Amino acid sequence: MADSIDVLATLKLVYGIYAIIAISLIAWFGHRITKPKDDSSGPRPAFFWTYVAVLVFIGTGLHFLTYNAVPWVPIDLNRASIKADTVFDITYEDHQMSFSSFPMQVECGDHVVFNAISNDLTYGFGIFRTDHTMVAQMQVVPRSRNDLMWKFEKNGTYYVRSTEYSGPKGARMVARNAIVVTGCDHDDVRAAALGGQP
Amino acid sequence: MSFVNTLLNGHEGGLKHEGMTPMQKVALRFVVLGVLFYGLAAVEGMMMRVVEITPVAAIDDTHFFSIMTVHPMVGVFGSTYMIVFGAFLFLVPYFMKKPIFSLKLANASWMLIGGGTFIMWLAGFLFAYAPLYTLYWPLPADFAQFSLLGGIDYVVGVALIMVGTFLYSYNIFKTIMYTPEGWDKQPSMELFKDAIGFAAIGNFFKGKKTEHLVDLPVAAISRGTIDVGLNAVVIMAAGVLLLIYMFGAVFGANLEKTWVDALLYKNIFWWGLDLIADGLVLIFVAGTWYILAMMITGRDLFMKNVARAALFVEMVVSWTVWSHHLMSDQGQSNILKVLSGEMVTALELVTQGLAVYITLVTLAKARPLKMTNELKFLLGGLLGFMLAVPAGIIQADLGMNRVLHNTQWIVGSHVHVAILVGLTMTLYAAIYLLLPILTNGAKLWSQKLATAHFWLHLIGGIGMGSFMGMAGIDGMLRRSIYVDGEYNTYMILAGICGVMLLLAFAAFLFNVVMTFGVKGLIGIYSPAKTDTSDCVPALQEA
Repeated sequence: MADSIDVLATLKLVYGIYAIIAISLIAWFGHRITKPKDDSSGPRPAFFWTYVAVLVFIGTGLHFLTYNAVPWVPIDLNRASIKADTVFDITYEDHQMSFSSFPMQVECGDHVVFNAISNDLTYGFGIFRTDHTMVAQMQVVPRSRNDLMWKFEKNGTYYVRSTEYSGPKGARMVARNAIVVTGCDHDDVRAAALGGQP
Repeated sequence: MSFVNTLLNGHEGGLKHEGMTPMQKVALRFVVLGVLFYGLAAVEGMMMRVVEITPVAAIDDTHFFSIMTVHPMVGVFGSTYMIVFGAFLFLVPYFMKKPIFSLKLANASWMLIGGGTFIMWLAGFLFAYAPLYTLYWPLPADFAQFSLLGGIDYVVGVALIMVGTFLYSYNIFKTIMYTPEGWDKQPSMELFKDAIGFAAIGNFFKGKKTEHLVDLPVAAISRGTIDVGLNAVVIMAAGVLLLIYMFGAVFGANLEKTWVDALLYKNIFWWGLDLIADGLVLIFVAGTWYILAMMITGRDLFMKNVARAALFVEMVVSWTVWSHHLMSDQGQSNILKVLSGEMVTALELVTQGLAVYITLVTLAKARPLKMTNELKFLLGGLLGFMLAVPAGIIQADLGMNRVLHNTQWIVGSHVHVAILVGLTMTLYAAIYLLLPILTNGAKLWSQKLATAHFWLHLIGGIGMGSFMGMAGIDGMLRRSIYVDGEYNTYMILAGICGVMLLLAFAAFLFNVVMTFGVKGLIGIYSPAKTDTSDCVPALQEA
């Protein structure tokens, strides 16, 4: 099952290749534009409509692709009909995070809900591995529903960081070793070993 | 000619401001001030780049975030708005071959926007007011973290900018619609409808097509200007809201936790902000590409009716895309996330893709072309959006947003590549193209510096955005401070690219100063000696 590392590594590769193609295309065009033309006709209408179709296909196709390939999208969209196995409450106030249980112990494959409540400002709730790559995040808006349902598939210890700016005082809101996942067949090599990070 | 003499008097006589028309002077007043504000934004950006590499004692967290608050405001309003408004206030009467509605309003616009930007900037510099440009409620009214005086300063500055913006919008539409003295009565409503795009919609449903009264460049400017006006309304409303809370604080009533629903506020505010980010920027940029392509080639635009339709679609799209900023807000409805956030946003790939296609084909049909400064910067601008728009479409996806929102990917690969490479290089193309028209033929001092400007800016802009984006993919947040060197490799590389951008600007600025001469530059701000309503002197027009 794909996790965020796989998705982001694919993004880096695909976007990197696209960027090289785009830069090469403009460089080639810039070179050709200074040379005399071999024919005076513009592109045929079929080329134009194919181009438009490709743009529409890529623009909308991405969303169908991720709906089917990225596991958290159907969970997000069908959130109301999925029963949570465990719910953790996280309260934000005065640039502090307090947790209903700490660390938050998660069983592999369970649907867990992180239910964040802000009593003052807008914050963020982000789950990070030891190497600082992101697992997931959501916004934490005061007096609004902020509940992220997630399913962990690898063992590991993760930290939580506020991902939204809440003033200079909130620039480093971090809770180390906040989530511990156990019971999976595989370890998350980028997350701290069980027992927490130093 | 000695260096000092050129510095003072300019290259080959420099800018002969005495012979300039009032309209030329007004346009250059906007542009020169806009370029200086760009320099300020670039220096601010570089200061933040340094802090991202290593902590700097002189820049603490509060200082860092106050720079981050004013940096985009100076860049967008002080620089981009100024350059764009100056160019368009000149180009609308130039293309319509009629005098501008009001020179006084145009002068008031640059003074208000320039002065307002400076006052707003002081809120960060003097009072460390730092709620960021997003102003997520109730942060801007959090007077435990920010000074009340700073907040008032900020609101007053932004209000002045918005008043200047309203005057610009009014002036543009009045210029299109009004009847100058001695002219036959102009069909005001028909001109307005055609400028906005209603006439084209009517044509779509009618058997008999009516002729366009307004040229495509003016139509592009009009449609972007609608978004300018709407955005100003939303920002002014946010300012009024803030003032109410500030007065509450002055009189000892803490309204911080009352009345305003933070999520609803966020929706309305992003609806307004997206009129800039996904509205007028894309519309103005596409319009400017068309103007540049036509002026560079001296030919009509390829598929101009499709271009007209795409501009209208872009305007409507810009009113309905805001939800892509709220895809990580769990309280936001899924319908809005999917329809507005994903699907409508995907249309921007189509509209901007069409603009790239039409511009490239227009250029290609006119080859061979000389690789002038304006052409190479135009190609750079096209490339910028070819890179930045797909990056934006990617993050406007429910799956990707969960792991990209608020990371450096957003602000690097998308925002900075769009603004620095796409938008700014397009504006530089316009500046290089309009330079001889606005200055009655002033000659550029150094082509070598112009070439250095191009390469340093292009490589620096793409490089900085790319390294920030890679750091974002690896989890680096955009509005946080890292002190343990977590992303040092990326940040050092981004910093080197930032230095290239700064050097590019220095090369451009020095070249402009040596071209115009200090006396010529100062002369732009002196009253015009000729009393004409023409855009350019009659001799040049002939």
